[in-house]
Amino acid sequence: MEPSVRPVAAGAELVVVVRENGVAEAAGFPKPKPVDAAVDAAGVPDNNRWMRQEWVEQVKLLDRFNNKTTTGTLYLTATHLIFVESNVPGAHEIWILHHHIASVEKLSLTTSGCPLLIQCRNFRVVHFVVPRERDCHDVYSSLLRLLRPVSYDELYAFSYNPKQNEQQREVGWQLIDLTAEFERLGLPCDQWQLSDVNRDYKVCETYPRDLYVPITASKPIIVGSSKFRSKGRFPVLTYFYQEKKAAVCRCSQPLSGFSARCLEDEHMLQAISKANHNSRFVYVMDTRPKLNALANRAAGKGYENEDNYSNIRFQFVGIENIHVMRASLQKLLEVVGTRSLSVNDYLLGLESSGWLRHIKAIVDAAIFLTKAVTVEGASVLVHCSDGWDRTAQVCALGALLMDPYYRTLKGFMVLIEKDWISFGHKFADRCDQLDGDPREVSPVFTQFLDCVWQLMEQFPQAFEFSEWFLIQLHEHVHSCQFGNFLGNSQRQREELQLKDRTYSLWAHLLSEQHNYLNPVYSPSFAERHPVLEPSTQPWNFKFWRNMYHQFDRTMHPRQSILKHTLTLKESNSKLEDTAHTLQAKLQTLGVSTSPLELHSWSREHRLPPRPQSLILGAPLSRKEAQQEEEVLGEEALEDAPDGNGGERTVEGSSATENGYGELQSSFGSKNEPAMVSLEFGVARMTC
Amino acid sequence: LFTSRMEFAELIKTPRVDGVVLHRPFLPTVEGTLCLTGHHLILSSRQDNTEELWLLHANIDAIEKRHVAIGYCDLPKTIFIGSLGTIIVKCKDLRIIQLDIPGMEECLNIANSIEALSTLDSISLMYPFFYRPMFEVIEDGWNLFSPEEAFKELESMTDEWRLSEVNKDFSICPSYPVLVTVPKDIDDDSLCKAATFRHGGRFPVLSYYHKKNGMVIMRASQPLTGTSGRRCKEDEKLINATLRAGKRGYIIDTRTIAVAQQAKARGGGFEQEANYPQWRRIHKAIERTNILQESLIKIVEACNDHSNSMDRWLSKLEASNWQSQVKEILTTACLAAQCIDREGASVLVHGTEGTDSTLQVTSLAQIILEPACRTVRGFQGLVEREWLQAGHPFQHRCAQSAYSNEKLRSEAPVFLLFLDCVWQILRQFPCSFQFNEHFLVMLFEHTYASQFGTFLGTTAAERVKLKLSQKTVSLWSWVNRPQELERFLNPLYEPNSLVIWPSVAPQSLLLWEGVFLRWNRSTKCLDEAYEEMVHIIEYNKELQLKVNSLRRQLAELETEDALPQTP
Repeated sequence: MEPSVRPVAAGAELVVVVRENGVAEAAGFPKPKPVDAAVDAAGVPDNNRWMRQEWVEQVKLLDRFNNKTTTGTLYLTATHLIFVESNVPGAHEIWILHHHIASVEKLSLTTSGCPLLIQCRNFRVVHFVVPRERDCHDVYSSLLRLLRPVSYDELYAFSYNPKQNEQQREVGWQLIDLTAEFERLGLPCDQWQLSDVNRDYKVCETYPRDLYVPITASKPIIVGSSKFRSKGRFPVLTYFYQEKKAAVCRCSQPLSGFSARCLEDEHMLQAISKANHNSRFVYVMDTRPKLNALANRAAGKGYENEDNYSNIRFQFVGIENIHVMRASLQKLLEVVGTRSLSVNDYLLGLESSGWLRHIKAIVDAAIFLTKAVTVEGASVLVHCSDGWDRTAQVCALGALLMDPYYRTLKGFMVLIEKDWISFGHKFADRCDQLDGDPREVSPVFTQFLDCVWQLMEQFPQAFEFSEWFLIQLHEHVHSCQFGNFLGNSQRQREELQLKDRTYSLWAHLLSEQHNYLNPVYSPSFAERHPVLEPSTQPWNFKFWRNMYHQFDRTMHPRQSILKHTLTLKESNSKLEDTAHTLQAKLQTLGVSTSPLELHSWSREHRLPPRPQSLILGAPLSRKEAQQEEEVLGEEALEDAPDGNGGERTVEGSSATENGYGELQSSFGSKNEPAMVSLEFGVARMTC
Repeated sequence: LFTSRMEFAELIKTPRVDGVVLHRPFLPTVEGTLCLTGHHLILSSRQDNTEELWLLHANIDAIEKRHVAIGYCDLPKTIFIGSLGTIIVKCKDLRIIQLDIPGMEECLNIANSIEALSTLDSISLMYPFFYRPMFEVIEDGWNLFSPEEAFKELESMTDEWRLSEVNKDFSICPSYPVLVTVPKDIDDDSLCKAATFRHGGRFPVLSYYHKKNGMVIMRASQPLTGTSGRRCKEDEKLINATLRAGKRGYIIDTRTIAVAQQAKARGGGFEQEANYPQWRRIHKAIERTNILQESLIKIVEACNDHSNSMDRWLSKLEASNWQSQVKEILTTACLAAQCIDREGASVLVHGTEGTDSTLQVTSLAQIILEPACRTVRGFQGLVEREWLQAGHPFQHRCAQSAYSNEKLRSEAPVFLLFLDCVWQILRQFPCSFQFNEHFLVMLFEHTYASQFGTFLGTTAAERVKLKLSQKTVSLWSWVNRPQELERFLNPLYEPNSLVIWPSVAPQSLLLWEGVFLRWNRSTKCLDEAYEEMVHIIEYNKELQLKVNSLRRQLAELETEDALPQTP
């Protein structure tokens, strides 16, 4: 039979090819979700338009930590892989964005079917078993094609349409304004000026157009210095600590080799030093381990020789390179993804992965930077090799420690826009947006978020946003749904015309910022602690379960303090409004009140938890959140409970999911005692 | 009393030293006068607003003396001006403080006195016998939890059980209380016979009745099968009497099969399937007490290591095995609870003596299954029933803590591990407990050193002999006073009637910083955040009251307005 072609319901994301009986209607394709999933069909590149296989029924989803299986239907759309649980009202759905898929593996055939293992960049791991090998192969090969986009045009951002008009799109892109940010820092000033040397990306193509340099750094000095630095990334200002007039500057390594020197570069550092009257010298922080820097000398690169630069203090801080970090995260995920992991293997694995050691190294470096600037009042020049990975981590984290503004929701966006996006952290390469060199992929930005989370743990009141914000950011750095993180540099982004063709993540996040607020945030804390001084005792560095296990629901606390407090705080402001309204009404006696109001707020108050959220209450990618609200709506109706609010479900708490023991009720008469093997809290009885 | 005062006086050579400096991590140093009394080390500064240090000698686990000569160099000769002694005091609650004492002799005297006073063996010299409460005892904690009351509640649900006085003179089982709950159909003679078949006479008794399905947790000690495979009809009958018709049950042996096998050589053993065909036996691997104590020593050592290396910290944490113990105990308890609630099968729990791992499992299973145990009162009742009455030898287990240099006898952090497990569940279900972390930490402190008599002695029998209820104050009398209780309440508490199943994955288990890092970090920022959270919750309650009262007011006005129109 020839495949019949059936377009899916209006506005939907794909065109479906039905291979067999053509029972598309019966398959229960999920209703198209109006907001997120709505892909403008015209925007879908042609090669994505036709799939060989769009849905497969009777697919089993295996939980990776216990023996729970769910049966459902697998759908493949132009943008998502979707799994919908069968025959259950309010069925469980999983939406996986193709861009999130890091790898697809077809494992060897088993009696129940053909296993398909999918690992995602947002740390979701799904294990499907497809009944028929042929179907599995179809899904597999379709995915392989889909998840290796070769050109930017294929990325989701170019087809994603959040139903905004052009003006809204434009406004969204204007929300974060770096010129305003430098103004906030008091720049330009008598010692620092805005240079137009890179207006056309001529001096350094990975830098932004606007750069701040010492007033004494003339154009020839800048150009000379840039020629002596890897990729032309000469020293420029990234943060200015007004109180002490001390600057944090960044650059790449000097091309010093074994003995080369460059007078312009030396002048440049001199100029930075002179721009700060508080200190006679400038710190030069090479964030690499000394050995790595030494090795670079053989390639004509290297580090500053203290003899050639007057008034510098040179310091290595020993953060490992992208390859070490990639391997470290891989090892970490391997360890925590192990079934029936013992406590000791977990701790040994944490140690041998080195992940927390690396996190601590970055925080240690940021603390060094912060102390140099805020205590000694010295300016600091930070670099690594190219100055876009470790340098971005250390500069951004240091600024976060020094300046409470960056600990606000908007300030944090500004910080990322400045130190990561504009200064050319290679998001496209590091996050593997296009099919590229796997050796360029590295969790550098993830590490930065991890460091921020560690600080949140120590200073719960210092940040306006909660960890959900960090997790959401991580999600979108990889989703390619918004334009912000596409490409490797500002220049490239301009070439891609992202501001005209895609939407800004910042606008999206700000529109739902209530989800990301930290309920115990205290602006007065910032006044009392403008500079954060974290402890670096090793026990302060913890495994960020809510990030790396965000989709493993059985791992998480079943009641969330964050969610609970956030709900109460929202309720408080509503109650305040209600109280004011009532008071006003009482004043103008005789005006009747709407009896509905009480209902409306008590309903709000009863805001049901979202059971599928893995970290309780965390806003999911919008798609799933939406679907859950629907499900919960039903539940809330059914329950119609006790007037005292709060649903009484202890979420996800079930013995079978935790599986302390799948106790077989069979009492065989064997004499041998039952052996109980434990895995992930799963005690299984084998006779 | 008088003679004991004399004894104390003999031990105190220097009762008072001026100019002593106290160093504590994260707190300012205090200079003041050090006084030694029979039970306390007191340091009080002469300034007003500074707190005094009152340290129970019983809380001191170990001390170290250091001696520093002070002088100045006036070349060519060094001028000696005096000496300064330093005593490092390591406490059972894991705190470490340093006292700088001017004068070598004074320092040595103080050190010797502390050493002697903190290691007094006689229970009757313990502080609880001397302590006079500064508050009026309104509700005597000694009378709060009677077996009769508990049994009345059981009777209201089922008539399958009876309260037996077979142990009224503690002769059948020295570590059991006078009253135990046993199956109705089993008479006292059978109990006596079953007792002879169980280690220490601890025949199977009721620990928990699950209202929802009538399943029960029983606990006992190991059966004395020995190498010859002895059996005891009465024991079999007793256990089977707990099963309903056609039902089967699980025996959870907290030891590995290998350990249980070895126990046979010493006269112990485990239930043979052939003799207990209605029961299925499961072996778990909760470590013996000496291993647990080693774990405690190592984890405390790891937490006090300030070398600042990530790898070293993780490897020490791993080597301590503490988190492994927590996981194993918690898993076993979950398994017991799962048998009861999910499988609908009754459970018998035992290890060797039935006074340690057995109690960890039975009490934690109740926390999981029974919402009442998650209230302050309910938890006190649980500690009373499953630990104190059930004969956990607190006096022996808590004689020394992690720092002691003395030879270990039978010290073990069995109860601390139980508290740690409760804390893990509390962290996973932060809204399901009426009490907070402070409550658990407070219990930990009082098991090791206390002004109250609650945790003195090893068994119910001994407590009767010591007349604790007449001569000492109960911890509960103090805790339950409204002004104290306030500190221990969880603002997030919303009662729920569900069974709560914790995750036991290593990633879900946390280090109990509130105990192990308590003295090694500043919690100022965390405390302030907690206060802010409490404030949000309190403010919410306040606002709700306010809105409700405004509404009422408005409604009243509206009815008044409406009235004239109705007739």
